[in-house]
Amino acid sequence: MTSQARPTVVPPQAGDRPAGGAISGGSVSGARPGAEHGSEHPAQIVEQVTGAKSVVRSLEESGVEIVFGIPGGAVLPVYDPLLDSTRVRHILVRHEQGAGHAATGYAQATGKVGVCLATSGPGATNLVTPIADAHMDSVPLVAITGQVGRPLIGTDGFQEADICGITMPITKHNFLVSDPAEIPSVIAAAFHLASTGRPGPVLVDIPKDILQAETTFRWPPEINLPGYRPAPRPHSGQISAAAKLMVGARRPVLYVGGGVIKAEACPELKVLAELTGIPVVTTLMARGAFPDSHEQHLGMPGMHGTVAAVGAMQKADLIVALGARFDDRVTGQLSTFAQHATIVHADVDPAEIGKNRAVDVPIVGDAREVINQLIAAVRELQEQGAVSDLFAWWAELDELRQTYPLGYDELPDGTLSPQYVIQRLGEISGPETIFTSGVGQHQMWAAQFISYEHPRTWLNSGGLGTMGYGVPAAMGAKVGCPDTTVWAIDGDGCFQMTNQELATCAIEGIPIKVAVINNGNLGMVRQWQTLFYGERYSNTELGTHKLRIPDFKLLAEAMGCVGLRCESKEDVDATIRQAMEINDRPVVVDFTVGKDAQVWPMVAAGTGNDQIMAALDIRPLFDEA
Amino acid sequence: MTRHTLSVLVENKPGVLARVSALFSRRSFNIHSLAVGPTENPDVSRMTIVVAVEGLPLEQVTKQLNKLINVLKIVELSPTASVQRELLLIKVRSDAVSRAQIATVVEMFRAHIVDVTPDSMTIEAAGTSDKLEALVRMLETFGVRELVQSGMVALGRGPRSITQAGARQD
Repeated sequence: MTSQARPTVVPPQAGDRPAGGAISGGSVSGARPGAEHGSEHPAQIVEQVTGAKSVVRSLEESGVEIVFGIPGGAVLPVYDPLLDSTRVRHILVRHEQGAGHAATGYAQATGKVGVCLATSGPGATNLVTPIADAHMDSVPLVAITGQVGRPLIGTDGFQEADICGITMPITKHNFLVSDPAEIPSVIAAAFHLASTGRPGPVLVDIPKDILQAETTFRWPPEINLPGYRPAPRPHSGQISAAAKLMVGARRPVLYVGGGVIKAEACPELKVLAELTGIPVVTTLMARGAFPDSHEQHLGMPGMHGTVAAVGAMQKADLIVALGARFDDRVTGQLSTFAQHATIVHADVDPAEIGKNRAVDVPIVGDAREVINQLIAAVRELQEQGAVSDLFAWWAELDELRQTYPLGYDELPDGTLSPQYVIQRLGEISGPETIFTSGVGQHQMWAAQFISYEHPRTWLNSGGLGTMGYGVPAAMGAKVGCPDTTVWAIDGDGCFQMTNQELATCAIEGIPIKVAVINNGNLGMVRQWQTLFYGERYSNTELGTHKLRIPDFKLLAEAMGCVGLRCESKEDVDATIRQAMEINDRPVVVDFTVGKDAQVWPMVAAGTGNDQIMAALDIRPLFDEA
Repeated sequence: MTRHTLSVLVENKPGVLARVSALFSRRSFNIHSLAVGPTENPDVSRMTIVVAVEGLPLEQVTKQLNKLINVLKIVELSPTASVQRELLLIKVRSDAVSRAQIATVVEMFRAHIVDVTPDSMTIEAAGTSDKLEALVRMLETFGVRELVQSGMVALGRGPRSITQAGARQD
């Protein structure tokens, strides 16, 4: 928590918006110059500084402790006062993509806003992937970029890129600063926008001449965002309608998404689940929102979800979606998704409600507030004598999960099973560990075979599916939670996209641990080639097995890390324990695993969830559908 | 597909038009026409957007527009409860014989002749899409040299104003 005075936010004048209404008229509040903040904040700071110093002061006063970035021509002025800042630590990364994902990992692990800093042109465009990633996964991120001086803008100047134009569709909002005096208010607005309502990335682009200009730094600034109404209060009528449905349903499911973690609503979720006895599924973004060890937890839904979670949603008569967005990886073919279910959809973003699936009871609001109100409403109904009967439903679900538990077969060629490695990593490291991952088979296994007990212990790229997220995100998470063990579970493909940040980790004293699940291939693509392309393996062999290029052990050592290798089942535990004991340097373990392991269960792309296969050609729900 | 007219109040800031039009293309919403201009409040601009969508997508359009930070207010104007106008400028071939015939058509449509040369006439007309379409059909027989048409602008009927709150001085 930060102790400084908060910026003044001009409140919107609009009343609550009715949930799900097609067109609602929020009112407009005009500019209110010189609102009475002088009296509210007697300790106003006024300093004569350069624009660059104003940026650094604004970051300090916004409570920023960590910035990930790389200097360059247009942003150089900021780096000069940054050298003197005792409140902001800058971590020099090796590629701007690393800065962006590190800031995202930091934000995901801590709940604070992550900050990254880059120069104009290529520096800024290298941030595009992490910004898009944060946008898809609703991560609070502020990206600050230097821009060429105003006289050069539009002339195709050296290192000029229209980063505001480029990031328009992948940011919650962005700013091109046009006056040095507005730096504090723009940066304060950026943090406010990034962290409130549905969180997301905000980019602030600042031309070099503005950074060099003399200006006045005033804090707290006034933020004027008349068109921004972040978190409407849940509609009480919709809450009671939802509570009635929850109490009366015979086959209900709580469909929990990442919004519950972002709203810090996990304890409340547990109360609601236990109060109602309703089974819970947690999406890829919500792993850890509800303890995996809890008997009401059916696991992850979706393309590689558990048969019980997928089956529960398909057979449900009521789905209560909390901070989830009916993503195509969860629903499969929409027309056959949960056809008999009444839908209650609670989300802080009204545009998510009804976007993919028609909704019966829409609730717009912060997940924590929604859940708290649902708890109160359900309790009231229960006190009036309402009793839910979920006995038959649980009997059916228990049978499903007992018949089709998550599992895997040892590989016929005797090579090491990647699932075993990942399962042991989870068991040996324990539930306090933070895991990050790249994207692909290893990500799905890490989501399936590690037991998550706490929120913010599973960080991954869910929406954008960004290969290379794992290592830099682990770096950011470790910086944010230095006393917590942080494991990046990465694939050999993903690892080769962003492993340069190991040098950053080694030099900056960020002892992350990386488990490279090295199957020598782009494994998930290879799995699809096996299943859907007649085993024609086009461009998925990476040579990290056959040729050992690169040798990950040597690569790790070259970058100042400890490099370990494990190739057999007997050595897995010892290797993990050895890695756990090293805390003065980053560790990379090359787990050389078999290439033919596959992710199951699976709903093939474009098919309905009823066609889920528990393993190849085993279709638990198909016959009944 | 039904056309809907949305009146959108936005902050008068650089890049707002780009944000709105980019949103439409990114989400595959079909814009039929778009007109932007100042309002009685210099801080606020007004866009009139005609979209061709059905029920649920229309809700998505307005919700997504509402998420843009610079968008202040959105109101749908129904054809019956609002005055909707487009502006048309059309240049047609004319000679001594056809000039009078064209003038008759222009008068019937309450349009204006704004430029005349020995072999052409330029006509200005304002009205609903239907009316302008009918006028163009009538003038086509003379030979159209050039035609330009604005997006629709619209205002709700009656004494109420959607910009009232935006116009408040405080």
